[in-house]
Amino acid sequence: MAQNRRGDVGARDSGREQQPGRELLSAADVTRTIARIAHQIIEKTAFGPDGSDNLVLLGIPTRGVHVAHRLTAAIADFTGVAPAVGSVDATLYRDDLRRGPARALESTAMPEGGVDDKLVVLVDDVLMSGRTTRAALDALRDEGRPRSVQLAVLIDRGHRELPIRADYVGKNVPTSRSEQILVSLAETDGSDGVWIAQEEDPEPGGAQPGGSGSGDQGDGA
Amino acid sequence: MRHLLSAADLDAGEATALLDTSDRLREALLGREVRKLPTLRGRTVVTMFYENSTRTRVSFEIAGKWMSADTINVSASGSSVSKGESLRDTALTLSSMGADCVVVRHPASGAAHRLAHWGGTGPSAGGAGIDTGGATTGTPTAIVNAGDGTHEHPTQALLDAATLRDRLGGIAGRRIAIVGDVLHSRVARSNVLLLATLGAEVVLVAPPTLLPTGVDTWPCRVSYELDAELPAVDAVMMLRVQAERMHGGFFPSAREYAVRFGLSEDRAALLREGAVVLHPGPMVRGMEIAPAVADAPNSAVLAQVRNGVHVRMAVLYHLLAGAPE
Amino acid sequence: MSQLLITNARPYGEDTVDVLVTDGVVETVAAGQSAPEGAEVLDARGAVLLPGFVDLHVHLREPGGEESETIETGSQAAALGGFTAVFAMPNTDPVADSDVVVEHVWRRGAELGLVDVHPVGAVTVGLGGERLAELGTMADSRAGVRMFSDDGRCVNDPLIMRRALEYASALDVVIAQHAEDHRLTGGAQAHEGAVAARLGLAGWPATAEETVVARDCALAREARARLHVCHISTARTIDVLRAAKAQGVQVSAEVTPHHLLLTDSRLSGYDPVNKVNPPLRTAEDTRAMREALAEGVIDVVATDHAPHAAQYKDTEWQAAKPGMLGLQTALSVLIETMVEPGLLDWHGVARVLSERPAEIGRLPDQGRPVAEGEPGTFALVDPDAVWTVRGANLASKAANTPYEGMRLPGSVVATVLRGRITAQDGKVVR
Repeated sequence: MAQNRRGDVGARDSGREQQPGRELLSAADVTRTIARIAHQIIEKTAFGPDGSDNLVLLGIPTRGVHVAHRLTAAIADFTGVAPAVGSVDATLYRDDLRRGPARALESTAMPEGGVDDKLVVLVDDVLMSGRTTRAALDALRDEGRPRSVQLAVLIDRGHRELPIRADYVGKNVPTSRSEQILVSLAETDGSDGVWIAQEEDPEPGGAQPGGSGSGDQGDGA
Repeated sequence: MRHLLSAADLDAGEATALLDTSDRLREALLGREVRKLPTLRGRTVVTMFYENSTRTRVSFEIAGKWMSADTINVSASGSSVSKGESLRDTALTLSSMGADCVVVRHPASGAAHRLAHWGGTGPSAGGAGIDTGGATTGTPTAIVNAGDGTHEHPTQALLDAATLRDRLGGIAGRRIAIVGDVLHSRVARSNVLLLATLGAEVVLVAPPTLLPTGVDTWPCRVSYELDAELPAVDAVMMLRVQAERMHGGFFPSAREYAVRFGLSEDRAALLREGAVVLHPGPMVRGMEIAPAVADAPNSAVLAQVRNGVHVRMAVLYHLLAGAPE
Repeated sequence: MSQLLITNARPYGEDTVDVLVTDGVVETVAAGQSAPEGAEVLDARGAVLLPGFVDLHVHLREPGGEESETIETGSQAAALGGFTAVFAMPNTDPVADSDVVVEHVWRRGAELGLVDVHPVGAVTVGLGGERLAELGTMADSRAGVRMFSDDGRCVNDPLIMRRALEYASALDVVIAQHAEDHRLTGGAQAHEGAVAARLGLAGWPATAEETVVARDCALAREARARLHVCHISTARTIDVLRAAKAQGVQVSAEVTPHHLLLTDSRLSGYDPVNKVNPPLRTAEDTRAMREALAEGVIDVVATDHAPHAAQYKDTEWQAAKPGMLGLQTALSVLIETMVEPGLLDWHGVARVLSERPAEIGRLPDQGRPVAEGEPGTFALVDPDAVWTVRGANLASKAANTPYEGMRLPGSVVATVLRGRITAQDGKVVR
C-alpha cells in the first residue's frame, strides 16, 4: 500500500533500475531549481521576519511534501525565518477514485495556526492535467479559508484539463501524452533527478493517456 | 475487498491498510470545522439492523455521512421485516433499489454470508439464485458484517486493533488477553482472528463452560486463571456477559463470576505499567469490570468508540471508493 | 398372465443371465432364454441385478407438506433411485399417529404403485413424547404398520421409551429411535467441534447421540424388544452398538449416505443445503461409519430423504429446516464410499440396501434373493455410469440436494416391482 498515485512507484522503480530515459534535471539542477523557486516565493510574497506567520507551504503527497520542506528550508536559509509547512492529501477529493482500486491515503498535516487568512502555497512535483491541484484546493477549502492560494511545481509538463496555472514553475517541459516524467527525490528515492521517458508497455485502452508518472500527470484520464 | 464478512477475510497487509486509512482519516478530520469528506458522494449505504445496537448503527451512520454517502437506516421493527419478509427478499429489494453497501446486524450466525451470496450471481444449491446485479449501479452490493449471531463482528475487531496500535505503538508481538464469554462472543472470534493475523499473542481467559468445544484449533492460547495472566499482558479485553447467560447454567452465579473473572481494582493492579484495558461495551459495571477500572487512564473504552467511526469510514472507503472489483 | 424377460443381467455382478418373471414371481433364471410370446423384454445390457432397494427412512411430506414433496413425487424419486419399498416417517401434518393417517398414506402409495409405501407410525401422540400413540391399532390397520418412530424428535423420556419398547415387543414391531438428547442439543445448529466453534453455530455434541443409544440398548435388552437406531452419525455410537450387539440386544442401526460422504467442512459458506439433523460430522466419523457398515455393526443404509421447498432452505442458516434429498443419490454415494474403495461388494450392497432393511421392516416380499420362486422385484445398476447431480432434474418437488454439481458413479438402469418396470433409463414408467 506504499503506492501513492496510480503507477507512480512502479514507473519510478522500473525507471531507476533500467535506463530512465533522457535526463531533464540533474541532482544539482534540482537543488538549484528549488532555490530559485524559494527566491521567487520570497520576492512575490514579500516574506520576511515581519510576515513569517502569514505564509504556509502545503505539500501534496508524496513528493510535493518533500519539495515543500526543501523550499521551507531554502527560504529559512535566505531570510532567517522558516515559513509554516504542512501537507494536504487530496486523495479523498479526487474525481477519479472510481477509475481504479481504492488508493491508500497519505498524510494531511496542517501546521499549527491552520490556514485561515494565510497565504498558502500548494507545492507539487509535476503539474499536468490540474486535477490533483483542483482536488487539493477542494481539500483546502474544508480546512479553512486562506487569504489567497498560490501553486508551486517543480515541473510543468502541459496538457492542462482545467483552468489552473502555476505561480512558480521550476521547469517547463513540453511533452507528448505518451511520455512520462520521472521525479526522484532523495527522501523517497535515494537520489535527486528528473527524467523523461516513453511510457512502457502501452496497453490500448488500458493505459492512462497522461502516462504513469508522478504528481498531477496520472490524472489525465 | 468486495465484502467484509469475517476478520479472516483480511490478511495482514489488508488489515494494516485499513488501519492506516483509519489513522489518515482521523488525521484529515482533526480539528476541522467541516467534518465532511466528498469521497462517497452519490453512494448509498443502508444499515439493516435486526438487533438493537445504537452504538454500532450510529457509528456506521456517522462514518457514512462524514464521507458524504447517503445513509439509510432500516430497523427490523416497523419495516417489512416485522411483517415476515424473509432476509433474502429484504436484501434483494434493497439491492435492487441501488444500495451500494448494506451494513447488517443479525441474530443468526452467517447472515452476512448469506446476504453476500444472494447479492452475488449464480444459482444456489438450495434454490434458484437471483442475479441482483445492482439495478442502478451495475455492481453487486457490498456487504459489511456488523455482527452476526455468535459468529463475528469484524469492524469491532478493527477498531480494537486501531486502539491497541495507538496505545501500544504496534500489535505484532504484544500479548493480549480476552476475558469472559468467548462461547457466545462474536467480538472474541473476530479479535482472535485479526489480532493473530497482525502477529499478536492472544490468550483467552474464561471458565471451560464459556469456551467453545474446538477452541484448541484457534490461533490462541486458553487459560482458566485470570490472575496468572494479567501481569504478563499488554492489554486485557473484557467481554460482555449477557444477562441471559447468567441464568443458563454456564456459571454458578454472577457473584462467583465477578470474583473469578471480573476486572476488579485489585486485579487491575496486577497489570503492568502501560497495559491497556478494553471493553466492547455496553459494560456491566461491577460484574465484568469495576467502575474505577473502566474510568481509569489506562482504560481505552472511549477511544474504542472514537476509533469506531474512523475504522468504519476506512471500511466504507476501501469497499466503495475504488473501482468495483 | 403378464411376463417380463430381463436379458443380459448380472445378479450381484456375477455371470450374465436372463431372468423371466411371470405374474410378479421369478420363473426361471438362466442364460440364453428366448422371450415367450407377449412377454415384455428388458435388455439390461450387462447391468448388475440386485433385489429392489428398501429405504427404512424417508419423509414424503404428505399430508401437510405438499409444497416440498408428495407421495407421488417421492414415489417417483424412489423408483428412479432403485427403491421398491420405502418407510414414510410420521412427522406430517397431521402426524401419522392414528390408523386414519397411516391408512391414507398407505392407500395413496398403493394407488400410485411405483413403490411400496409403508407408513411409519408415531410412537407418541403428536410426536409430543408424552403419551403412547395407538401402536396396536396402527399395526392391525390395513397399513400394517411394522415400524414406529418419533423421528425428527427423540423419545427423550426414558420411561416413555421403556413403555414403548415393552408394548412393541408384543406386536413384533420395531421402535426406531431418533437418538438425540434434546437437553444437550438446545439450539444446536452444527456438529460441536472446530467448525461450529469458528462459525459461531451452537454445537450438537456427539455425546447427545451416544448416551441415548446406550440408554435405549439397555432398555431394549430388559424389554426383550427390537430397537432400531436411525441415522447414526458418530464414531462413539458405533462402539456402543457393537457392545450391545455382542450382548445379544436386538438392535439394528442405519447410516445415511450423507453421513458416509459429507463432513462439516462444507459448512463454511453457511449454505443451509448442508444443514441436517443429526448434523454432518467429521472425517473421522465418516471413516468410522464406512468401516462399521462394512463390518455389519451398522445394518443398513437409509436415506433420511428430507425434501424442503426453497423457502425453508434458502434462508439464513439458523432459520433453515434440517434435511436433504437422498433417494436418487443413495446408490451412487454408496458406490463412491463403499464399493469403489472395496469395502462392500454387490452382495454387500444388496445386504445393506435391501435384505437387512426388509428384515427389520418385516417385509416378506422384499429383499429376497434373485432366484426362482422369489419376487420379481429388482434394481438394475450400471456401475460404470458417471453422472452430475442437478437438484432441478431430480424427481422430488424440492431441490435440496447437497450433491449439487458433484459427479457421482453408478446409475439405476431400471427398477422392477413384482414384474412391473417402475423406472427405466432415468424415466418413471407408469
